[in-house]
Amino acid sequence: MSTAVVTGERPPQAASPWEDAVLAAALMTVDPIGTGGVALRALAGPVRDQWLSIMRDLQPEDAPQRRIPLHVSDGRLLGGLDLAATLSAGRPVAERGLLVEANGGVIELAMAERIAPGTVARLTSAFDFGEVVLERDGLAMRNPSRFALVALDEGVGEDEGLLNALSDRLAFHLELTHIRVHEAIACDYDAADLLDARTRLPSVTITDEQIEALCGTALVLGIPSLRASIFACRAACAAAALAERSEVTDADLSVAGRLVLAPRATQLPPMEPPPDAEPPPPEPEEPDQNQNQNNEQQEPQELEDQILEATKAAIPAGLLAQLQMGKLRRSRSRATGKAGAVQNAQTRGRPAGVLHGEPRAGLRLNVVETLRAAAPWQRLRREERARSGQPSTRIEVRQDDFRITRFKHKSETTTIFVVDASGSSALHRLAEAKGAVELLLADCYVRRDKVALVAFRGQGADVLLPPTRSLVRAKRSLAGLPGGGGTPLASGIDLGMILADSVKRRGGTPVLILMTDGRANVARDGSGGRTRANDEALAAARVVRSLEITALVIDTSPRPQQQGRDLAREMGAVYLPLPHADANSLTQAVRATSG
Amino acid sequence: MPIPFPFSAVVAQEEMKRSLLIAAIDPSIGGVLVFGDRGTGKSTAIRGLAALLPKMRAVDCTYNCDPDAPEDALCADCRAKKGPLKSRQVPVPVVDLPLGATEDRVIGALDLERALTKGEKAFEPGLLARAHRGFLYIDEVNLLEDHLVDSLLDVAASGENLVEREGLSIRHPARFVLVGSGNPEEGELRPQLQDRFGLSVEVKTPQDLPTRMKVVRLRDEFERDPAAFVHKWKSKDAKVRKLIEKAKDLLKTVTVPDATLEDAGRLCIKLGTDGLRGELTLIRAARALAALHGDTEVTQKHLKSIATSALRHRLRRDPLDESGSTSRVERAVVELFGA
Repeated sequence: MSTAVVTGERPPQAASPWEDAVLAAALMTVDPIGTGGVALRALAGPVRDQWLSIMRDLQPEDAPQRRIPLHVSDGRLLGGLDLAATLSAGRPVAERGLLVEANGGVIELAMAERIAPGTVARLTSAFDFGEVVLERDGLAMRNPSRFALVALDEGVGEDEGLLNALSDRLAFHLELTHIRVHEAIACDYDAADLLDARTRLPSVTITDEQIEALCGTALVLGIPSLRASIFACRAACAAAALAERSEVTDADLSVAGRLVLAPRATQLPPMEPPPDAEPPPPEPEEPDQNQNQNNEQQEPQELEDQILEATKAAIPAGLLAQLQMGKLRRSRSRATGKAGAVQNAQTRGRPAGVLHGEPRAGLRLNVVETLRAAAPWQRLRREERARSGQPSTRIEVRQDDFRITRFKHKSETTTIFVVDASGSSALHRLAEAKGAVELLLADCYVRRDKVALVAFRGQGADVLLPPTRSLVRAKRSLAGLPGGGGTPLASGIDLGMILADSVKRRGGTPVLILMTDGRANVARDGSGGRTRANDEALAAARVVRSLEITALVIDTSPRPQQQGRDLAREMGAVYLPLPHADANSLTQAVRATSG
Repeated sequence: MPIPFPFSAVVAQEEMKRSLLIAAIDPSIGGVLVFGDRGTGKSTAIRGLAALLPKMRAVDCTYNCDPDAPEDALCADCRAKKGPLKSRQVPVPVVDLPLGATEDRVIGALDLERALTKGEKAFEPGLLARAHRGFLYIDEVNLLEDHLVDSLLDVAASGENLVEREGLSIRHPARFVLVGSGNPEEGELRPQLQDRFGLSVEVKTPQDLPTRMKVVRLRDEFERDPAAFVHKWKSKDAKVRKLIEKAKDLLKTVTVPDATLEDAGRLCIKLGTDGLRGELTLIRAARALAALHGDTEVTQKHLKSIATSALRHRLRRDPLDESGSTSRVERAVVELFGA
């Protein structure tokens, strides 16, 4: 395989992040539809501006370039009825949406980390089918919409980022955060080169062995989505076209590995691959096609190792460290907002579109939208009135036209405290927990949140305080909370979870806060025995995670124990050892969790 | 319209493909809900199926009425006609309900063009009318606006769409097979809507190298030259079409013995599914499956094979059972009927 890399390329590992970023812009331009586009993670700044201006300059002259703002309306995004033109022309005139206008070009998506799932779904359906299907305002149309997307992700930290549905459809994931301004300079390509590469692209061939190597690499790196493997193939072909070749070479494969596979890696390849890990599938029907290509003879396994090498070099250092610590990224949808899940409401909150309906029971009439809805029908209605001999009013608005504003507001948060009142959690801890609940309650009064309290001791668990905002009731039931006895941890978690589930069903957002030392010694049926009690507690914790309830485990033992940590991990909860928990620090921790 | 990827070229995902075929064989089962990972060919398979469905006979009216249907299942125009209805062969409609669709386009409204240009009131049928006797496909069904879901549920339950607007009062038949797909990561589906789907399928990304390679290779080939690719798979697609046609013919003659009915009842009781819808769907789906396999009698084998698809979305969530609903159904099947 040493003969393979004699194409005069620089060794794949040597490319700087900036060079790779520019290369991604070029490859996206060579095959905009095949690669989907770029997820660009960077804060606004000179480096991002430089990359964007290079990317824009690389586009063919006649290619449209559009920018989609964060809160784009459906009418603007997909198209709809152009009311002004419709009224003046006296017949329906359609307005083209951004997605249709951008056909054959590039769309920049601003602040993509905050974009709503609904907007993403509209984008991705245009992506998947290459057209926008419009069924709006009395119009039914299909318009071609093929474009590449540059999603500008300004997220900070692990939790903020593109929705998976979007990032999955973009071949290249770039991070410009660590590139210095003076590194971000020029680009070696010009638009004419890329146009040539585009015409060359359809004739570029990729062998089965190369496809196998890319797929194998994706598997080894723990990349579940098949789109990644498909993108890797497209990127390799585009790289070959860009380098004026008609066959994909090793250099192209490592480009695909670096730009497409590396940023998606969720696990590190095993250090010593077991010999029988990837038996090459037997393909007796395909004897060696005698192509004079010097990498044809390579075994897929060898090729795969080679891609893996290049890919590994491109995996960001932070990720490596995280993966080694066993902190595998869980494939969980990233919420675009914070805290309390957003809910539809009719009377308060942020306006979120309009709805056909009557303004009653406190619903607010949207005058502008109502007039818009009435406008096209004016002629018809006037004639109708004239026929029936009634005098015509200036504007004929009818019940059908009424539009009401729909609002969204954050749903109410209910904080559920599950407190270990057993003998092992010394009594003064209980006093601290009580203090924290009282403090929180005062805070909740301001935030319009609710609090509930579950205590477990002896044989089982009780709801001491159902969800409430009443300070007086809370104080009274807390004061009567006794301590001592065994630790039926599983029963406590069960009860807290059932409470959380019922809050969820009513449309609220539960936050579960478990205060315990994690030393379970009473099973669900009330019998003793540490092992069984502990197993049951861990099982109960897993259910909490499966219901995706936000949780916080506060370890109240004098010295933080492994048990508490295990419990938090199984629960998918934040773990907070507070050997000397006091009411104030508890409150702060809770506020941080529930946002 | 872009060329769809051929149905028969969709690799693996056997449960999804089988469920779609069953829904095509017996539309009364109530459609398919496909939930699962991104990039597993959910919408690809549905669009592919649309391209190969056998044609149907229909009256030349707005709603593609069935010439053999009883009178109350016909539209107003067809009912008014005297004598036998003339019919023709038309492709089975597969209608997309895109996100961002407005209510007037879904249920139908006044024809805007005629209102503006001629000042006439005329009804313009919506997507529900177009989907009559065919498929209504909703991608990302869990992101659909609530008010659209409500109107859909109403029509799906009654098989009839009622439009009251601008003094027009229109009633037309709208019986369609609901096919929805989505990704659970983006939000759960309301239980009322979930229950409307006859079958529910969970799809996962294949994890073995040969399958993954096959997907990538076929997709690459398709994208290079869609027309040639479709031509290459034409005969395989035709085979699937024949399979559906044969099964549709056979369906009327497939019998369900009492023992099988009893088995289905026992399974539903054991799982505690609400109402009779689950049991009914289970029997119908098992019958369609038997027809698909060319069998003339529904046996326990068919029940066992289709039980997870027909029942997994009808279980009440049990907060104390951490295993998924799929394994709960599988467990119940094994306990009742053996492995």
